[in-house]
Amino acid sequence: MTAQHTNDDDAVVRFRGVTYAPPRAPAPVLDALDLEVRRGETLVLLGESGCGKTTTLRLVNRMLEPTAGEVLVEGRDTREWDPIELRRRTGYVIQDAGLFPHFDVARNVGLVPALEGWGEGRVRARVEEMLRLVGLDPGRFAARFPSELSGGQRQRVGVARALAADPPLLLMDEPFGALDPLTRLTLQREFAALRARLNKTVVFVTHDVREALALGTRVALMSAGRVLLLDTPAGFLRSDEPRARAYRETLSAFDTGEA
Amino acid sequence: MNTLDFMLRDWREVLGLTGEHLLLVLASTLVAVAIGIPTGLLLTRKTRWKRPVLGVANVLQTVPSLALFGLIIPLKYVGGIGWRPAVVALVLYALLPVIRNTVTGVEGVERGVREAAVAMGMTDRQILRQVELPLAAPVILAGVRVATVISVGVATVAAFIGAGGLGLLIYRGLRQNDNKLMLAGAIPAALLALAADAGIGFIESRVAARRRAGGAKRGAPARRLAAAVLAAAVLAGGGFALWRALSRADARVGSKDFTESIILAEMFAQGLEARGLKVERSYELGGNLAHEALVSGRIDVYPEYTGTSLMSILKRPPATDARLVYEQVKSDYAARFDVEVGPPLGFEDTFAILVRGEDSRRLGLKTVSDAAAHAPAWRAGFGQDFMSRADGYEGFARAYGLKFGGRPREMDLSLSYRALAEGQVDVIAGNSTDGMIAQLGLVQLEDDRHYFPPYEAVLLLRRDALERLPAAREVLQQLAGRVSTEEMRQLNFEVDGGKRPAADVVREWRRAKGL
Repeated sequence: MTAQHTNDDDAVVRFRGVTYAPPRAPAPVLDALDLEVRRGETLVLLGESGCGKTTTLRLVNRMLEPTAGEVLVEGRDTREWDPIELRRRTGYVIQDAGLFPHFDVARNVGLVPALEGWGEGRVRARVEEMLRLVGLDPGRFAARFPSELSGGQRQRVGVARALAADPPLLLMDEPFGALDPLTRLTLQREFAALRARLNKTVVFVTHDVREALALGTRVALMSAGRVLLLDTPAGFLRSDEPRARAYRETLSAFDTGEA
Repeated sequence: MNTLDFMLRDWREVLGLTGEHLLLVLASTLVAVAIGIPTGLLLTRKTRWKRPVLGVANVLQTVPSLALFGLIIPLKYVGGIGWRPAVVALVLYALLPVIRNTVTGVEGVERGVREAAVAMGMTDRQILRQVELPLAAPVILAGVRVATVISVGVATVAAFIGAGGLGLLIYRGLRQNDNKLMLAGAIPAALLALAADAGIGFIESRVAARRRAGGAKRGAPARRLAAAVLAAAVLAGGGFALWRALSRADARVGSKDFTESIILAEMFAQGLEARGLKVERSYELGGNLAHEALVSGRIDVYPEYTGTSLMSILKRPPATDARLVYEQVKSDYAARFDVEVGPPLGFEDTFAILVRGEDSRRLGLKTVSDAAAHAPAWRAGFGQDFMSRADGYEGFARAYGLKFGGRPREMDLSLSYRALAEGQVDVIAGNSTDGMIAQLGLVQLEDDRHYFPPYEAVLLLRRDALERLPAAREVLQQLAGRVSTEEMRQLNFEVDGGKRPAADVVREWRRAKGL
């Protein structure tokens, strides 16, 4: 413990011996997980589907509650947080954006500010600011419905919505997973730039090792409900951990040597 | 006269019944929506209850409508006859599609959308109102649409428990074997169903189109839909209240569900109207409904037969002395129901054992005893009523020692007349005042052993109505002993054979009698 000791103020989220086992499941999804997310960092949870990374994310904003152990956000057990308050100060982006199909873009983006009771003018101004932030022209896009957007545009709106109420913590569950490779790369780059400007704490789930290494300040490699390795991208690349090596090999598996 | 002519001639009645029908459907659908949507929403939250509740709603819908109406009648508070139990039954039918579609609609909301709503920090209420309800609206509306169309159909059965509506025409048509009448009820009902289907379908497609096409104002569909439903509810409620208020009458006259009863009720009703009273008519109450309506105060008066009162209602053993039966019924009704039995109207409507006129002449048949010797060579055709009653076939056959060639054929009463005339059967049990007896040249054999109890026609009146309406007693006295058996046969024939409205026939009769 002493070696890993960090100042409590630095940990935005802290998992302490968290086990999560849904009823009637043969094995727990998370098994005595210890993890902390430091203020300002982008912690990437990397792993195959079913390894528990999404579950970890959902425990942070109390969409799930631990079976054993505790999840602390800002030093407070999530079970002591009012879930509504906790979620409104925690941005959330999911794979297919999860936009409300019956709301136009402006109303989707302005959702949390509106729920928080901001005035109409303030919400509108914030919506425009957020759309510009994610590279969408408010004049062209504010009145559109999600069905009238491309996949990449939808995902931008999803990010804008998550950031609208200026939450200090952002949870992202494979946000770029469903996009074509070119759009994905654009959005990854823009996100990296955005993050540098906004100074948010981010927990980012992906199964794409390139994405993990490109976006993460630290990478947590997960398997079967445990963290196998937690290190910086550079440390990840040097690691002897067999799974980390396996992931590393995928990076060059089809390298044909050109360029 | 074809159906269209009938509908044109009696357009007022058809229109009135269509209005009643529409109100029944509207009221019951609104109640079903008011109960069904919240129930459905609750089931999406308390999933443990989903299977049992949907199961019950499912079972309710498999109960045949006629049986459901019958089962509701004896219940307290919701039961009885008339409008309220009809609405209750219709609501029970309409619940399943509303509940099921609400559950299906809400559960059909995309997982990611619901998850995003939770993750954004929306409260359960906000998710329900801003996300799930608007997204489920087209599916829920489809359920309401199905419920409405079902209600239009089932509401035709409501006539059976005295709730009016187009079913009245259908049942009258069935009873009188008159396709024109049936169609006059069935066609408007079908049109109503089509209109309801198209109307709600239109709203449904608008809601769905708005969502798909976009370009709509924020939150408009859900709110506008709610406003429309609410407006319809208020309109229907107000309209119904107004309708009720306007139709409040001084006296409510009921009748059983056959021509003679309607004619007698109409005699009384027109007597009251001649004295300036406003009369509400609740005719064609089947089975025991007229009695129940009288006792529960939904009607003030209806025509009955002493023998029927004695055995079917008071459950006393058959008796043969007309005077004694009348006195017994009078004192029992006063003591048990606070109902006054009016003076006999002057004729009896008893079972009439009928044979063809030529057989009667050829074989010299005057009485039932005369016929007993021929019975083994005869085929008999009897109505269901006669076959099953305490004073019906079994006792009758025993009293006269009758043994027919085979077991009597059970057939519809009106069909049995035709079967006798055409020689398919040789003896039937009709009604002594039936107009068909004279028309088909049939002869009634005398009940020489006095097996059949007396069935004197009388009017039954609630005591409180008599106190409230002095004119009622006048009319009662005026009609005492005024209707002979021959007259009654003639009046029945005018309506059944001549296909004329009972009201017109009675009006002429009153004029001829100088009333």
